[in-house]
Amino acid sequence: MNTPINPGDTAWILISTALVLLMTVPGVALFYGGLTKKENVLNTMFMSLIAFALTSIIWVLYGYPLAFGGDIHGLIGNPTNLFMNNININSPATLAPTIPALIYIGFQLTFAAITVALISGAVVERMKFSAWTAFVILWISLVYVPVAHWVWGGGFLSQLGALDFAGGTVVHINSGIAALALVYLLGKRKDTRLLPHHLGYSVIGASLLWFGWFGFNAGSALTANGLAASAFLVTNTAAAAAMISWIILDCLKTGKPTLLGAISGAIAGLVAITPAAGYVTVPAAIIIGLLTSIFSYFAVSKLKTKLGYDDALDVFGIHGISGLWGSIATGLFAAPFVNELGTGLFYGNPKQLLIQVLAVVIVMAYSFTMTLIMGKLLDVTIGLRVSEKDEIEGLDTNLHEETGYRL
Amino acid sequence: MKAIIAIIRPEKLEQVKENLVGAGCYGMTVTEVKGRGRQLGIRESYRGKEYHIDLLPKTRLDIIVNDDKVEKVVDAIVKSAQTGDIGDGKIFILPVEDVVRIRTGERGEKAV
Repeated sequence: MNTPINPGDTAWILISTALVLLMTVPGVALFYGGLTKKENVLNTMFMSLIAFALTSIIWVLYGYPLAFGGDIHGLIGNPTNLFMNNININSPATLAPTIPALIYIGFQLTFAAITVALISGAVVERMKFSAWTAFVILWISLVYVPVAHWVWGGGFLSQLGALDFAGGTVVHINSGIAALALVYLLGKRKDTRLLPHHLGYSVIGASLLWFGWFGFNAGSALTANGLAASAFLVTNTAAAAAMISWIILDCLKTGKPTLLGAISGAIAGLVAITPAAGYVTVPAAIIIGLLTSIFSYFAVSKLKTKLGYDDALDVFGIHGISGLWGSIATGLFAAPFVNELGTGLFYGNPKQLLIQVLAVVIVMAYSFTMTLIMGKLLDVTIGLRVSEKDEIEGLDTNLHEETGYRL
Repeated sequence: MKAIIAIIRPEKLEQVKENLVGAGCYGMTVTEVKGRGRQLGIRESYRGKEYHIDLLPKTRLDIIVNDDKVEKVVDAIVKSAQTGDIGDGKIFILPVEDVVRIRTGERGEKAV
């Protein structure tokens, strides 16, 4: 029997899916876990783990069909495949016909999971675990799923021509702005200092994120071809450039390079190149990477203090701001000879930049408003914030009856 | 008999232990502690923001010796723990009323 499914593409997306899984568990868990106080290390890691588990179930029950099912008025997918009904194991994916639908679903599942897990970095050290689990369910269902449909599933932003190769808008701006909304509701921690208890964890976590990001970005080509190779190389290039750029900023500011600065820069670079990965050249990736650290550095060291919000691990400052720059940069640098689907301002298409800005503004407004509404709803029902006693003594012993270190 | 309480840099512990053996001092109790001196700690920088850390990790040694060994032990600690920089620590010397070796019930200098 002839099948359109390509074994090479399928193998690559199977691997990519596992790579993106690695980004959340253990990548984000370790990255964030190392940055918190030692009394909260388990709670911080647990937030990523539970986010992955809950999203995994939501996605196969109704998340995937609503995000990627046939378009209904540009707003939501047609839920014809609820609970994975009517999907044969050999059916090709609608949006990636050379791979099986089931692995495309798995690949997209890992994107949804990491997006919501990223938000946890903003609210660590003070949010109730029960409220977090309820938030994950609501946010995936009411924010991630529609936004993924608008941009990737054939919805109105996709119809408009918005470019987001691997998730600048859907993943990073979406999580970054939701983080901002949630910390606005939660309020500041009793002790707002960022004093990492184990930077070694964070280095391992960030390194796993970098490693997994090759599946995230190069996997988003959905085929094992030249485009995937190009996305792979620009991803690495932007991350390296951004790391170097952040180290230079550190040296200019304090006279010394810091390892947390280096890994923060690398993550900022990976975020910024994500929407552009399948559209831009290597030199453009260097520019995107070098500049993104400047924007994120300014956001975490100046803007946060000035506006007075307590984004504990800088989810908005790094994912929101670098995602924003990456999405705009896609409108500037998209080269038609890299990918015929994208032509940016510098290649003669100023309209693309306007579309990018419009998509960013719409997603920011929707994500911020919806997160505020659902956060407020949770606050008045089960309560968002832990008791003062729990916060001061640490969440590990008080919420989970466990401790990260027994010396 | 004297109790010698030495607060030293953690990274100097191995060298101090070695020199104490050379000075004929074998027993000690070691504790990881935190503290500060007159300079009130150090500055650390995370993501471009500077923080003042005023309690720094230190190592505390509790040593009980007979009076004739006090100077030798203090010398050994000073020589092996000294870097010349702020934060080298301090040594406190206190009188000890009595000592009991639990295993044998011996008292006083014999039990040290």
